[in-house]
Amino acid sequence: MPLFLKLLVQRIALGLLLLLLVSMLIFWGTNILPGDVAQSILGQSATPEALANIRAELGLNEPALSRYFDWLGGLVQGDLGTALTSGKDIASSLGSRLKNTLFLAFWAAVIAVPLAIFLGLLAVRYRERWPDKLISAVTLASISVPEFLIGYILMYFVGVKLGWAPTVSMIHDGLSLGQKLNAIALPVAVLTMVVLAHMMRMTRAAILNVMQSAYIETAELKGLTMFTIIWRHALPNSIAPIVNVVMINLAYLVVGVVVVEVVFTYPGMGQYLVDHVSKRDVPVVQACGLIFAAVYIVLNMVADIVSILANPRLRHPK
Amino acid sequence: MSDKLLTVRDLKIGARVYPPGEKPHDIEIVHGVSFELEKGKVLGLIGESGAGKSTIGLATMAYGRGGVEITGGEVWVNGREILGTRLRDLRKLRGTEVTYVSQSAAASFNPAKKIMEQVIEASVHAGKFSKKVAEARAVELFAKLGLPDPETIGNRYPHQVSGGQLQRCMTALALCPEPDLVVFDEPTTALDVTTQIDVLMAIKDAIRDTGVAALYITHDLAVVAQVSDEIMVLRMGDMIEHGTTDQIINAPVEEYTRDLVSVRSRVHDGKPPTENPVMTIEHITARYKGTNFDVLHDVSMELHAGQTLAVVGESGSGKSTTARVMTGLLPARDGQICFDGRTLSPDLAGRARDDLREIQMIYQMADVAMNPRQTVGTIIGRPLEFYFGMRGAEKRKRIEELLNDIELGPEFKDRYPAELSGGQKQRVCIARALAANPKIIICDEVTSALDPLVAEDILKLLHELQERENVAYLFITHDIATVRAIADTIAVMYQGRVVRYGTKAEVLSPPFDDYTDLLLASVPEMRLGWLEEVVEHRSMESAGN
Repeated sequence: MPLFLKLLVQRIALGLLLLLLVSMLIFWGTNILPGDVAQSILGQSATPEALANIRAELGLNEPALSRYFDWLGGLVQGDLGTALTSGKDIASSLGSRLKNTLFLAFWAAVIAVPLAIFLGLLAVRYRERWPDKLISAVTLASISVPEFLIGYILMYFVGVKLGWAPTVSMIHDGLSLGQKLNAIALPVAVLTMVVLAHMMRMTRAAILNVMQSAYIETAELKGLTMFTIIWRHALPNSIAPIVNVVMINLAYLVVGVVVVEVVFTYPGMGQYLVDHVSKRDVPVVQACGLIFAAVYIVLNMVADIVSILANPRLRHPK
Repeated sequence: MSDKLLTVRDLKIGARVYPPGEKPHDIEIVHGVSFELEKGKVLGLIGESGAGKSTIGLATMAYGRGGVEITGGEVWVNGREILGTRLRDLRKLRGTEVTYVSQSAAASFNPAKKIMEQVIEASVHAGKFSKKVAEARAVELFAKLGLPDPETIGNRYPHQVSGGQLQRCMTALALCPEPDLVVFDEPTTALDVTTQIDVLMAIKDAIRDTGVAALYITHDLAVVAQVSDEIMVLRMGDMIEHGTTDQIINAPVEEYTRDLVSVRSRVHDGKPPTENPVMTIEHITARYKGTNFDVLHDVSMELHAGQTLAVVGESGSGKSTTARVMTGLLPARDGQICFDGRTLSPDLAGRARDDLREIQMIYQMADVAMNPRQTVGTIIGRPLEFYFGMRGAEKRKRIEELLNDIELGPEFKDRYPAELSGGQKQRVCIARALAANPKIIICDEVTSALDPLVAEDILKLLHELQERENVAYLFITHDIATVRAIADTIAVMYQGRVVRYGTKAEVLSPPFDDYTDLLLASVPEMRLGWLEEVVEHRSMESAGN
């Protein structure tokens, strides 16, 4: 088996193992949360008999280990369990929420990733001159302001004063793509601003690091223009660190949108999670936690795989 | 002016320096150098590091590396003055009219791109050749430079070919756009002597066949004597002497040039081995962790007090690995290490502190072997504290003695490594090794990174210290001249085995085994026509076989 294939298989196996460990952690974590599900469903006035009944019905009396394996067995078959509060199947109600969250994250990524890399290249091209400083200042300022504040500021100026975009991002299946995009314009803008700086700074640093190399001097002595040198000689050697930071930010776009979704009352995973945390609906919290963890693990795994594939020494061994 | 390809007149080059503890300021590093070069001629630029050789070479492309800036003078290429031109016009010159071959092809090729793509890039980018024509030309050059599989080698990535091959690819890269002038900047310095010959010959043939003019930069006079028509000797940014190769080699006028020519003449009469070796290693076999092949096979050697065992061989022959086994950094898989009549643990962790003290090391890169944030006094004082528990006045006195031993004054104790020259740094490393009062010092290519004259002084110092302290040296080197200058006993290593072992007189006298013969014949000699003789000798031998 070629070396890089072996490394890929290792990474994927490691990812799956990690996911299993995370499932244990989530299960254990939600179990030590204070409060009693039965109590919160039935309220303070419930009789001890009623509480005992509902506990037996929900399987809360069984040992934690067997409950964990029941849960895990369901997960493997795509069964996330049922929500305690509504009695609905979690997988089906989560499905549309997840779709919405991914929709939002996708469009934020489509704008933010190329923009960040382009700005990073631009900052390298004009290093230590005003375009570099301006790009750094603006992106760092936008990452420093809390995202809910950016959200409300945009909402007030762009949404209310200028009326360019709706301040509430309600979407449903009946809308056309154009209408949907209009609806999510503001949250996409906020998310873009939040993730831009990190990716742009990393692109800049990774390329500047490579720009010290002797082969960049060779390229300069070939009479190539600066942008050709950056694009053709520096960027291909900076792929690994850039992809890493891009993936971390993509993961953040999915997992970290909770606040933005709540601000814009967007029907995504974040809001769903927040709603059910307050109701102590443990199976829903567990399911959301696991999906978020899976997103992180998968995206970081992709980053590792791209890094392996981007290394010519691994792709083309001697 | 029109018949000259290159005219450099009163070239002045400055650089910004950042000395520790002072404000950054500009200094002049080349002070008004002038020369001319006709079409098809080769001018050798020679001098020690800091002489300004590379800086002048790059100035012919109006390029300053790092903070280097051309501050005055004129550079005419093909009848055009290039120092005043705009970057846009310089780009047309660079990479097509004037090209550059650097010392380390391994670093100068982009690891992420195929060789062919990089070789033809400048020609295609400048619109000089179409991709197809350039590729055909590259293949032709690969063949001319003696590269294997010239048709397909361009499809490989830089890491997939050897160092010597990559250096030839770099030459192809420089010749591909049919330039008028090629700047060769130490193109064979990083190669083994046996590889150096092939690359040197390939470069020489390519220069002759294409009729290109060249600046050949090196610190090795014997090498430049083989390829150039004229030689210019530089020192600290000044031209010392400029003449035909014949005149510089055979009738140097300036004293500095005479020093350079005679620098390899130091010899040392070898002593016979003593009765009781201070260390013996017997039948050592070793491999690196995580690999499944041995890098040392059945290696045996003896070290004698007050004597030097020189270990010679190409890179990858197992010289440094042998040293690692002796120190215990790499535990041997098999075999025995005896020190002072007792068996030492193969593993570093199994050795007593006093055993560690007895074997010290000096490295090739004195720079990275010292903590840049510690003063010389701290660096030398550390082994005194660690092994002898010295403190206060006693320690200070011993540090001053050691500084005196390495011919540096007591004021050096408060300096930082960055404030020292290359030779001074290596001296401090020697003092640090001596501070432990060892019976054995392992010197791993300690003079390879130094200029010839500085290296000579270091060898002299090491020799004097040996006479006085009766310490045994294990001297690892790839340079036969160094071996002649210091060895009592010699071990020739090849592919992890000792192929020849004995006193200096034995090892360096015929009859030779094939490898030692090749190694000795490959050492450049400072006379005209040496290269052709060796190549002819080799081809006759291979025809005879």
